[in-house]
Amino acid sequence: METAFILEKLILVVIIFTITLVIAMYSTLAERKIAGFMQDRPGPNRAGPFGILQPLCDGGKFFFKEEIIPAGSHKALFILGPILAIVTACITSAVIPWGQTLEIGGKSISLQVADINIGVLYIFGVIALGVYGVMLGGWASNNKYSLMGAVRAASQSISYEIGMGLSLIALLMITGTLSVGEIVAQQEGFLNWNIFAQPLGFLIFITCAFAECNRVPFDLPECETELVAGYHTEYSSMKLGLFMFSEYINMFVSSALMASLYFGGYNFPFMYDLGLSQNWITIIGVLVFFAKIFGFIFFFMWVRWTLPRFRYDQLMRMGWKMLIPLAIANIVLTGVFTLIKDTYF
Amino acid sequence: MTVFYLVAFLSIFFALMTIFTKNPVHSVLYLVVTFFTFTIHYVLLNAQFLAVVNFIVYMGAIMVLFLFVLMLLNLNKDTEPTKSALVKIMGVVAGMCLIVTFVGVFKSMGTADTVEGTQDIGLVSNLGKVLFDEFLLPFELSSVLLLVAMVGAVLLAKKDKEISKV
Repeated sequence: METAFILEKLILVVIIFTITLVIAMYSTLAERKIAGFMQDRPGPNRAGPFGILQPLCDGGKFFFKEEIIPAGSHKALFILGPILAIVTACITSAVIPWGQTLEIGGKSISLQVADINIGVLYIFGVIALGVYGVMLGGWASNNKYSLMGAVRAASQSISYEIGMGLSLIALLMITGTLSVGEIVAQQEGFLNWNIFAQPLGFLIFITCAFAECNRVPFDLPECETELVAGYHTEYSSMKLGLFMFSEYINMFVSSALMASLYFGGYNFPFMYDLGLSQNWITIIGVLVFFAKIFGFIFFFMWVRWTLPRFRYDQLMRMGWKMLIPLAIANIVLTGVFTLIKDTYF
Repeated sequence: MTVFYLVAFLSIFFALMTIFTKNPVHSVLYLVVTFFTFTIHYVLLNAQFLAVVNFIVYMGAIMVLFLFVLMLLNLNKDTEPTKSALVKIMGVVAGMCLIVTFVGVFKSMGTADTVEGTQDIGLVSNLGKVLFDEFLLPFELSSVLLLVAMVGAVLLAKKDKEISKV
């Protein structure tokens, strides 16, 4: 029993990591293809048909580039930075329910690595940890631009974590659980999706998710017009690759989070009315979940090629003076509505 | 039990490293690792909520702020103020006094029974019930205290601005 359980989870972890890395890899291609589409040009199209081998070429190039560790840098922390960035990006996926249960040979296999009863808080903790990679990398580079980027990353991440946490509290008030698995299971069908109960909360959450992923319009830590390349100015070779990669993994994981917290996860309309067997519902559910994730990833890229970057004071004003009061108002509104619903209906 | 001893050893080891390293940024990083070992202690006690809150608040927020300030100050050996011998002696005396006080306090206390790691007291719902029922008043008072501190901080920041305007 123990061994079988560990083996089952191990296989699941390996599959999820593989999928995460492949999606992150192809997000880099998708990003440039979408940029090309938005700017009316073909985008990368030389490596393989439609340029689908481009990510492999990029990866190979990263591996064979010369690795430079600046003389004045702090070597151990300089190496630790990108490692921390990629590790924290990867471990969030442990609590995301990728699908319902598969039944193989009378054994039911849950498609979630760990359904811990504090799943939402776990995600929050890992996000909070994510900024260490950027901060250490930036500081250890011993470069003014890197330091500025690192400091910006830290203040931005702390400011927007508060808004994110407050918007999640309103969500937790209506779901009544901290387990991501249960939150998704509650959103059965279509009309039970949390987006209908928490539209404002979702808006705050997605804004903060953009800020936490350092995506445009919140990419001030790596703002190339003022800071060269921000926190990764001194990085070269695969260490730079890991920083880039962690950004795409973060984007994938936060898309998965938004899909599961607000858009029903693996649930799809009429899922129990079509007379499908449990395994089919699960398989279609997984596909639907990934379709939602890709939708969000596209949205991330769409915004990147549409909006200009914020100024730093605008960023801070938005975080502290707009999103946080809005999130608190959302909590109060949710409380009032829940009370009215419980008393009169 | 062996896990506990290992983690306890690591806690003490990293805590000592925190005060013995010369570089302030290293010191903060060792402190982060120390807090992480505390999180493991909470998990061993089956107090998942406390574990993750310790993780978020201390490692994710407070230590990031510490690191932030240290990076901005960019302390190193050249700028470190040299402490006079008098300050060092005073420090030793104060530390010794603290140790004596601690030993006195701990000797007078009775030892409690060992907490069983299998209880569910640390899970979210149980903790919530205890906090909002049995300990409602202290809980609310401590939140008011936090609010007061926050208002005070905002006031201090604002005051400075007005003076500079005038």
